[in-house]
Amino acid sequence: MTGWQTLLYKEVLRFWKVSFQTIAAPVLTAVLYLMIFGHVLENHVKVYNSISYTAFLVPGLVMMSILQNAFANSSSSLIMSKVMGNLVFVMLTPLAPIHWFIAYVGAAIARGLVVGAGVFVVTAWFADLSFVAPWWIAVFGILGAALLGTLGLIAGLWAEKFDQLAAFQNFVVMPMTFLSGVFYSIHSLPPFWLGVSHLNPIFYMIDGFRFGFFGQSDVSPWLSLGVVGFAWLVVSALALHLLRIGYKIRS
Amino acid sequence: MTAISFQSVSKSYLSPKGPKGTTFLALDQVQLDIQQGEFFGLLGPHGAGKTTMISILAGLTKASSGRVMVMGHDVQKDYALARSTLGVVPQELVFDPFFNVRETLRIQSGYFGVKNNNAWIDELLEGLGLADKADANMRQLSGGMKRRVLVAQALVHKPPVIVLDEPTAGVDVELRQTLWQFVSKLNKQGHTVLLTTHYLEEAEALCGRIAMLKSGRIVALDTTSELLKSASGNVLRFKTTGTLPPALAARARVTGSVVQLPAHNALQIEQYLAAVRESGLVVEDVEMRKADLEDVFLDIMNRDSNASLGQGPSAGPPQAEAANAGSDEALATTSVGST
Repeated sequence: MTGWQTLLYKEVLRFWKVSFQTIAAPVLTAVLYLMIFGHVLENHVKVYNSISYTAFLVPGLVMMSILQNAFANSSSSLIMSKVMGNLVFVMLTPLAPIHWFIAYVGAAIARGLVVGAGVFVVTAWFADLSFVAPWWIAVFGILGAALLGTLGLIAGLWAEKFDQLAAFQNFVVMPMTFLSGVFYSIHSLPPFWLGVSHLNPIFYMIDGFRFGFFGQSDVSPWLSLGVVGFAWLVVSALALHLLRIGYKIRS
Repeated sequence: MTAISFQSVSKSYLSPKGPKGTTFLALDQVQLDIQQGEFFGLLGPHGAGKTTMISILAGLTKASSGRVMVMGHDVQKDYALARSTLGVVPQELVFDPFFNVRETLRIQSGYFGVKNNNAWIDELLEGLGLADKADANMRQLSGGMKRRVLVAQALVHKPPVIVLDEPTAGVDVELRQTLWQFVSKLNKQGHTVLLTTHYLEEAEALCGRIAMLKSGRIVALDTTSELLKSASGNVLRFKTTGTLPPALAARARVTGSVVQLPAHNALQIEQYLAAVRESGLVVEDVEMRKADLEDVFLDIMNRDSNASLGQGPSAGPPQAEAANAGSDEALATTSVGST
């Protein structure tokens, strides 16, 4: 293995070794969401005409799990290594900023997809799902995980303490994922909140991902792809810049 | 060939004390060349700048000015080549709790692109007394064992330049012996070794050349043998339970009841003993011994203090100067005054 492949392998091995916490726990959380919201709202909320609410909910929960776990992987790995001091083992190596980027974001995508697959396998039992455009599912799954994994990389570099990272997670990532149309179609919102939702890049990830299942979405999947792709390029450029200047890791 | 080269390197940090924007100069125009195959010692008190030098060398910190080269590679511009020739044992006892010892070493090999490294990893485990801990998780190891793993991690890619930043701090005698045997063997094979330590007897026994650092400046640089020759020559050693007169205390190395004083000549020995007698102290086990590196170190650090104190108008009150300086003049004045 080359240097970046080793760092990627190490990052994957890191979450795999504690898979009960990093994979099983988020799968259980998603199943609980499905059981509670699905049971309570199944006969009260009508989204796309021919789709049951539980079926509508499954892709949203899968995508939400992908995004939250991709963010958690890169951010928690970096903050732990910084706090424990073992990041020095990577800093002493010839690995370039792009290698760090590929490895941390790659591992975040891997964890996001593993958790997403786990959530899908378990929740798919509860709903009748279709796969109208599987390529869209793959594209938005990977791109969404990459975007949140990159944001996690930035947050991990920026945070000096665990509570700073928790604040980022609880006050930025969590509201953005919950208010992105996981549990509802944004067309059911009043005009103001409909407009606000269009400013949330996570909405486009979930909407595009859901299009892959049902062939129906709130906006065109091409528009979603453009927004998500552009957002990823912006945060990637920022993350690479921070790695190049050694932001908060090389004095 | 020059293995390590510091070329007019300075480093300033924003000072946590004082007004905003105040800087603290950690390294001041450091100039140092270490040749390939040397076993080189970098000594200095806490805060002298040793770890800053090593951090700049390893690319963990950027120099404010100047240039640092490792095996001909600039540590900033050609960082990948520079770091691949460098193995650094950090001072802090850090580890990754997710992995066992063998995994840790395999991963560290991989970062440097070293493939099929199992034979060398086995040799490292054997040589550093870690063979029976190869499958133990890092969390289960004692502090000494973790320190051995740190050394193994630094050596796993067979770097031509090895940097050991206080590798024996707080570790037992057995590890020290194992470590020095192993590192000496690597040095004999041609690896350059840069060592910082507070155990001066280790530096004296191992290092061919030594630099002494104080307040970010190199205040002595020579072969170990020349440095030892430059020492006062002898040391007067005795035991006492009383309080030494201030002038003696400033020059003495005191360990419990044992007092050691650098002695240039017979007159000075007489002055010491007279000062002790005048102060009414009871002394026993009086003996003379040859000066060692610790005496040289203390002598150089005090000498530099005198020079610094003499330079500035705000060096402190005269009494403090006399007590801190510990010069012959100060001793003579006190002795004469008290007799």
